[in-house]
Amino acid sequence: MKKLLLATAATLAAVGTASAQDSDPIKIGVVLGFTGPIESLTPGMAASAELAMTEINEAGGLLDGRMLEPVQADSTCIDSAAATAAAERLVTSEGVAGIMGADCSGVTGAVLANVAVPNGVAMISPSATSPALSNAEDDGLFFRTAPSDARQGEVIANIVREKGVEEVAVTYTNNDYGKGLSDSFISNFEDQGGSVTLSAPHEDGKADYSAEIGSLASAGGEALVVLGYADQGGKGVIQSALDTGAFDTFVMGDGMFAQSLLEDLGQYMEGSYGAVPWSEGEGAEAFAEVASAADIDPEGTFTRESYDAAALLALAMQAAGSTTASEYAPSVMDVANEPGEKILPGELGKGISILQDGGEIDYVGATGVELVGPGEAAGTYREYEIQDGDYSTVQFR
Amino acid sequence: MEPLNALVAFSNFVVIPATAYGAQLALGALGVTLIYGILRFSNFAHGDTMAFGAMGTILATWALQAAGVSLGPLPTALLALPVGIAACAVLLLLTDKLVYKFYRARKVSPVLLVIVSMGVMFVYNGLVRFVIGVDDQNFDDGARYLIGAIQFRQMTGLDEGLAIRTSQAITVVTAVVTVAILFWFLNHTRTGKSMRAFSDNEDLALLSGISPDRVVRVTWLIVAALATIAGVLYGLDKSFKPFTYFQLLLPVFAAAIVGGLGSPIGAIAGGFVIAFSEVTLTYAFKKVANYLLPESLEIDGLAQLLATDYKFAVSFAILVIVLLFRPTGLFRGKSA
Repeated sequence: MKKLLLATAATLAAVGTASAQDSDPIKIGVVLGFTGPIESLTPGMAASAELAMTEINEAGGLLDGRMLEPVQADSTCIDSAAATAAAERLVTSEGVAGIMGADCSGVTGAVLANVAVPNGVAMISPSATSPALSNAEDDGLFFRTAPSDARQGEVIANIVREKGVEEVAVTYTNNDYGKGLSDSFISNFEDQGGSVTLSAPHEDGKADYSAEIGSLASAGGEALVVLGYADQGGKGVIQSALDTGAFDTFVMGDGMFAQSLLEDLGQYMEGSYGAVPWSEGEGAEAFAEVASAADIDPEGTFTRESYDAAALLALAMQAAGSTTASEYAPSVMDVANEPGEKILPGELGKGISILQDGGEIDYVGATGVELVGPGEAAGTYREYEIQDGDYSTVQFR
Repeated sequence: MEPLNALVAFSNFVVIPATAYGAQLALGALGVTLIYGILRFSNFAHGDTMAFGAMGTILATWALQAAGVSLGPLPTALLALPVGIAACAVLLLLTDKLVYKFYRARKVSPVLLVIVSMGVMFVYNGLVRFVIGVDDQNFDDGARYLIGAIQFRQMTGLDEGLAIRTSQAITVVTAVVTVAILFWFLNHTRTGKSMRAFSDNEDLALLSGISPDRVVRVTWLIVAALATIAGVLYGLDKSFKPFTYFQLLLPVFAAAIVGGLGSPIGAIAGGFVIAFSEVTLTYAFKKVANYLLPESLEIDGLAQLLATDYKFAVSFAILVIVLLFRPTGLFRGKSA
């Protein structure tokens, strides 16, 4: 009798779980650096990603009414071990179906190699831009909605050369991002006949940059190319260069694009220029509308990319009819690129229903997503110049 | 003109920045060294004490600015300094009463106190972030430059510019004044003498009737003043960000140890040794050399002894060498 009861209970329990699986929410990991060097950017990024999920939920969910549920974890941006542990927790104990993240290139590589690939979970990073990730061993599970820095280095080199500048000094933040971007810039710049007098790394968060500036000034050059962070060493370097009169024109990478930099130093940086990934057109406008309605700053760094990353994960799952990464990962490229009906931010519900009916979509999203090569965004850049202490757009490339 | 250009370039990129940085390190190291000499432990919370004092000063500066008070060309922060020092002193005395006193009464080993100070460091760390946040705070008002690089070029007709920032001049002047007062206090006042006696031989000092509580209290007060001044000068010169103050701990300790822990003169010398070695050994002498050398000998290379990546290695190499060959530091402090 006892055995029979036990068996019944076990069967009931098994049935219970099985049916629960089909109506349970689909968990999506949101792995961003909520503490650490980019802690000022991540709240906006997470909110944008979750905005995409809420939008889908409100339109009735996906895969026959299953809801999406974001689960946050802290990547710290710099501590690979902490990021790996956090992502591991998401996969093993929360059972996430996919990861929107990570953010900084170093930790993204670590999470990809140590968690995503071994466990077979797909990742879409909104902000990891290191060229090294293009060649990472990813089993087709890794995508990014931000363009690789290999492209950015080329864009910046073009801008500098078109201004007729022959010689520059380069300083970069000493991490995967800075090194990758500076390598790409230098090789493109030299290919186009320019010369780099000195390429010196700087450490973030340090007390004093006079040594770096002393060497860079001695090496000389018409401009100083700063590939760092606006709220970290990059600003210290520029300040130190201005103070000593070593350079008066600066060329900046995307990490240096920040309103806070202009507020403090803008008046001294007249005529400096740079590039930043940008999006314009109907996708960006539609996102601005959706985001503003949800109290998110649509101009925030990487907010658009975050929205797109989360949306792509969900759309791919719907297209493949599965939450298993090995099945839906190949669909990511399909939903992101042509052919198919164009889907803008705010139309995710429409996208899902088209896919449900067996149709095809081309997700445009907030950034005009077009995935190329190993699943990374082609990217549009805004070339800007600092005029009257404000950013002014020169052109898009 | 050529040698003059060389001199100006060298001053602008090496001498002036290193002097200002050295003065900031020296003030920080003085605090560390005083605590080591009198309270007999390495205070890891010193970097964050500097941050706390600077934070108090910044808040007072904002209040003054809101009230429309200003010092003209000088930064308002100088006026707010006493408030910052007072806030810092209250915090340090409170910490001593709540934490260090307990361990002092049990006569625990210095290593234990070091660990305790690390705990205090994390608490201060959180406290500062909690009150003022993690972001950069710029509180330098007043004139930015004493002499700007472009202005100097126009004035002298030289190719090279020389820039002296107001904050750099203030840093050096304040550091000199502070150090002079400190030495006068230690050498010529009764309390100063009792502090030195306490540092030299605690038991003898107690036997001759020096009140240990008073010595400890005065020490914390002086440390609060030194840490706040160092923190504010540093913040004026660069900018205030809690994280960089935490990072400042390493060079400050290197300076104190190189100079000789417990020796105030050593702390000052150590600060300048660390600052100058970081900047000079990694400086690319190309420009200076080309001004001095005849045209036929001009060099294309950077003439750089070490890449700037190694600047931290430089100060730590000096630290290791000093510890190996002269463990008591340049000025015979206590063995580290």
